[in-house]
Amino acid sequence: MNGLIGKKIGMTNIFDQNGRNIACTIVEVGPCVVTQVKTREEDGYSALQLGFGEAKLKNTSKAQQGHFEKAGTGPKQKLVEFRDFNIVEKSIGEVIKVEEVFAVGDMVDAIGTTKGKGFQGVVKRHGFSGVNDATHGQHNRQRAPGSIGASSFPSRVFKGMRMAGRTGGDRVKVRKLRVLNIFPERNLILIKGAIPGHKGGLVIIQK
Amino acid sequence: MDALHYVHEQLSKKADFPAFRSGDNVVVSYKIKEGDKERIQDFRGDVIQIKGEGSTKTFTVRKISNGVGVERIFPFTSPSIAEVKLLKRGKVRRSRLYYLRALVGKKARIQERKYVKK
Repeated sequence: MNGLIGKKIGMTNIFDQNGRNIACTIVEVGPCVVTQVKTREEDGYSALQLGFGEAKLKNTSKAQQGHFEKAGTGPKQKLVEFRDFNIVEKSIGEVIKVEEVFAVGDMVDAIGTTKGKGFQGVVKRHGFSGVNDATHGQHNRQRAPGSIGASSFPSRVFKGMRMAGRTGGDRVKVRKLRVLNIFPERNLILIKGAIPGHKGGLVIIQK
Repeated sequence: MDALHYVHEQLSKKADFPAFRSGDNVVVSYKIKEGDKERIQDFRGDVIQIKGEGSTKTFTVRKISNGVGVERIFPFTSPSIAEVKLLKRGKVRRSRLYYLRALVGKKARIQERKYVKK
């Protein structure tokens, strides 16, 4: 899997040749530093470990400091391993830029952490329809989940029953998004559609 | 310059429209594709809001068509807009003229701004 780590900048729109308005996301992708090269002989599988974003030295553990020192780079915010990275041949300490991995027209997957919504009810969390009546004796039950199971048999609630709880903040992958444009001088990439997470959130763009 | 503005600057062509603002009466000439033929349709009305910035900037034009209020939102960067003509400058005291939606007939008129500051 080839890919890079990036930061979501925000959304905008562009017009295609048919004059249609297309919503797209701007992502700052890379440059990523190769912090480790894993090989089939040594590690059992081949992969590139990439680092992205600057981290403060005081927030980096001694173990990680040593790891970054080996690659000859400063502390990084995020490390991600990409298995079977085969687009470019890179050794430890080298930098990979956007234009080396992605091209306009590519189909990519975006992985990010969705916005946290806090404790939410079943209507928002699981898409329950709620009670569609405001009257007919409903009092205050418009967004209630309804029955969660039968009675004396089985005398318990089944595991995995969808209920209210913490919503959002999940790792989500959105697949098959088209790359609409690339700005190599600012490490920016324009991706059709929305990708998970808030502005400034770290995302993985892979293809 | 932050990344968002940078992308806007790279992508959006500079619209060479006359400088209009809320309350002005304009004609928007809009390209319409019918099959493989293209023709131009005019939409004349009052600008009731301008919002957004960069490539997401839009303006809303409101007109009364056959007694029914019609509003149309145009992006400034849309390639389908052939031309915008400024017909009348309006004298209004706010930038979003939503109050016009509740008014009909003579009350829904906008006074013309005849003396324009240079």
